[in-house]
Amino acid sequence: MSSERTLTVARAGREAVMWEMQNDSSVFMLGEDVFAFGGVFGTADGLGEMFGPDRILDTPISETGFIGLATGAAMAGMRPIVELAFVDFIGVCYNAIVNLAAKHYYLSNGQVKVPMVLMLGSGGGYSNGAQHSQSLLASLAHMPGSVVVTPSNAYDAKGLMHSAIRSDDFVIYSGQKKVAGVGMLGTPIKTSMSVVPDEPYTIPFGVANVIREGTDLTMVGVSWTVHQCIEAAERLQSEHNISVEIIDPRTVVPLDRDAIFDSVKKTGKLLVADEDYQSFGFTGEVITSVVERDPSVLTCAPARVANPDLNIPYSRPMELRVLPTADRIVEESKKMLGL
Amino acid sequence: MKPTADQRKAMYSQIVRSREFDDRVLELYFADKMPVFDLAKGVIPGEIHSSHGQEPCAAGTMPHLSLEDTITSNHRPHHHAICRGLDLNKLAAELMGKKTGYCAGKGGHMHIYSVEHKFSCSGIIAEGMGPAAGVALANKMRGQAGIAVSYMGEAAANQGAFHEVMNMAGIYKLPYICIIEDNNWGVSVSKKASTAIERNSERAASYGVYGEYVEDNDCDLIFEAMARCVERARSGQGASILEIQTYRLKGHMHGDQMAYVPQEEVAAMKDCVVEYRNKLITEEVLTEEKADEIVSQQKSEVDAAIQFGLDSPYPDPDDAFQNIYAGVSP
Ligand SMILES: Cc1ncc(C[n+]2csc(CCOP(=O)(O)OP(=O)(O)O)c2C)c(N)n1
Ligand SMILES: [Mg+2]
Repeated sequence: MSSERTLTVARAGREAVMWEMQNDSSVFMLGEDVFAFGGVFGTADGLGEMFGPDRILDTPISETGFIGLATGAAMAGMRPIVELAFVDFIGVCYNAIVNLAAKHYYLSNGQVKVPMVLMLGSGGGYSNGAQHSQSLLASLAHMPGSVVVTPSNAYDAKGLMHSAIRSDDFVIYSGQKKVAGVGMLGTPIKTSMSVVPDEPYTIPFGVANVIREGTDLTMVGVSWTVHQCIEAAERLQSEHNISVEIIDPRTVVPLDRDAIFDSVKKTGKLLVADEDYQSFGFTGEVITSVVERDPSVLTCAPARVANPDLNIPYSRPMELRVLPTADRIVEESKKMLGL
Repeated sequence: MKPTADQRKAMYSQIVRSREFDDRVLELYFADKMPVFDLAKGVIPGEIHSSHGQEPCAAGTMPHLSLEDTITSNHRPHHHAICRGLDLNKLAAELMGKKTGYCAGKGGHMHIYSVEHKFSCSGIIAEGMGPAAGVALANKMRGQAGIAVSYMGEAAANQGAFHEVMNMAGIYKLPYICIIEDNNWGVSVSKKASTAIERNSERAASYGVYGEYVEDNDCDLIFEAMARCVERARSGQGASILEIQTYRLKGHMHGDQMAYVPQEEVAAMKDCVVEYRNKLITEEVLTEEKADEIVSQQKSEVDAAIQFGLDSPYPDPDDAFQNIYAGVSP
């Protein structure tokens, strides 16, 4: 019997990868800096030593090439896990993602499967500049043919990783760097750490998690913004006695629209928080999914807190201005509530 | 073409200037990120890729370039920016995200732009190549003088952009030079593990361009090789790939412990600032006193620049909303 363990998101995800690799010889990992370095964000820490260079493959900086290769290996029956450190780099390999991995199953009318996982790190807030801080969630979720997983805590990270590796679909596993709890980004966010069981378990795609129950206002967050919502909810509770319900969809594709609708039906108010560029993105999608079903459940206009459609500035005061922080969420909530 | 004594002294000053700058940045970087190391904290936040050890790649090539020529740099841009003559104050201020920086804090360490110096950077690997070759194309189309040079690492030659751009540079015979700083590592992956041939300069044959490899991180050898590439570019003979063997003395970025680099390799790394100083003194181009004088001169300019950065104000948060589009109002 082992004692209870509290893990970071990165640690929990890695545990699932390890278990699957030990139990399924078709699972392997490839990407930049995975073998000796353990992945830029620690997602493959120690796996090189454990599984050797034949199953943990370092690649050249050739993203369109290695995502294409992984797609082919998956078509041939392997279960590759691709590590692409920063989501920003999808710019150089978008074709392999969108036109290959995400299309083969449908275009072949279900004959060709691509059971592959693409892991990437998103998000800013630590002055890494406009090319290493983006979320790009909508750019991943907009395209049909891929599942998009966005864990906000360690428990979900492990369960969703097991599900992702075992899935016969192409799964994009979008980790948020600050949520991951890696060494170089300070103390892990408390609410991102969880008690994680030793044994493997799966979490189904498309099933939201009610992080906190409430009656006055529904907040929907994704990954890092879940934690900003939690902080905002605590402040609204203690300072204004407002009861907030927080929904974490856990996967944005498929999206648990029912859970969101049910919550809004109860509270009458909806705020959506997302780190991505606001227009044409997650916030609009969530709000629409409620409004198109029944606009009368809303007692006031919905609100969104996202990046105000700006490239991300390096300098701290400007970057903080564009991030969907708890401060901004509290401010918008108060407007909705007439406070 | 060999460098003159004055040119050699100037190159020494430049590598010292760049090193002093990186040393001060390193010191400041770690001064305020503890107790739990956090990239987000401190007066210089984010990732910093220092140029420690690679200074000659910039100092030896820049003397051949004028302000008519265009330069694109990469994620490791300090030595390029400094040897190009960018203002140290504005550079230091940009690294600190201050209003007085080159981009008023919007860019940061990996995104330094100076129109006056025809200088820009990209943190996405090999993506400085296209824009540099594009400037070369524009200059050629308009019959204007001015060549273009991009600087990048050896691992960047495995990016698709490298192949695509070099091929076009070959087809269009562009006045363009791709400088590859071979420090043997792309983060934790060695050149041997990532590259099927020994030298990227040999790839020149695939594109019908000129290729050269400089086997030592020495300002003089680099100066001579660059002279040949520049002569070709200026005289209409087309593009070149110039690869230089160099050393990454402080790891990929600050905080990288380099546990993956073999001990023997670390021990064999040469410090170009020490080596070049000794060489110039042995060859009587410099005396100990003169060399010390250069060091203290550069040190005091760097100190003043760092102080300028520290004393400068931060931008207003709402400055983020300035300069979103050139013409359209959002
Ligand atoms: C397209 C892309 N992929 C990956 C990265 C992450 N990355 C940043 S620097 C680097 C290594 C670059 O090595 P090299 O080109 O040799 O330059 P060096 O760092 O050695 O100067 C990598 C993989 C990136 N910035 N862009
Ligand atoms: Mg390198």
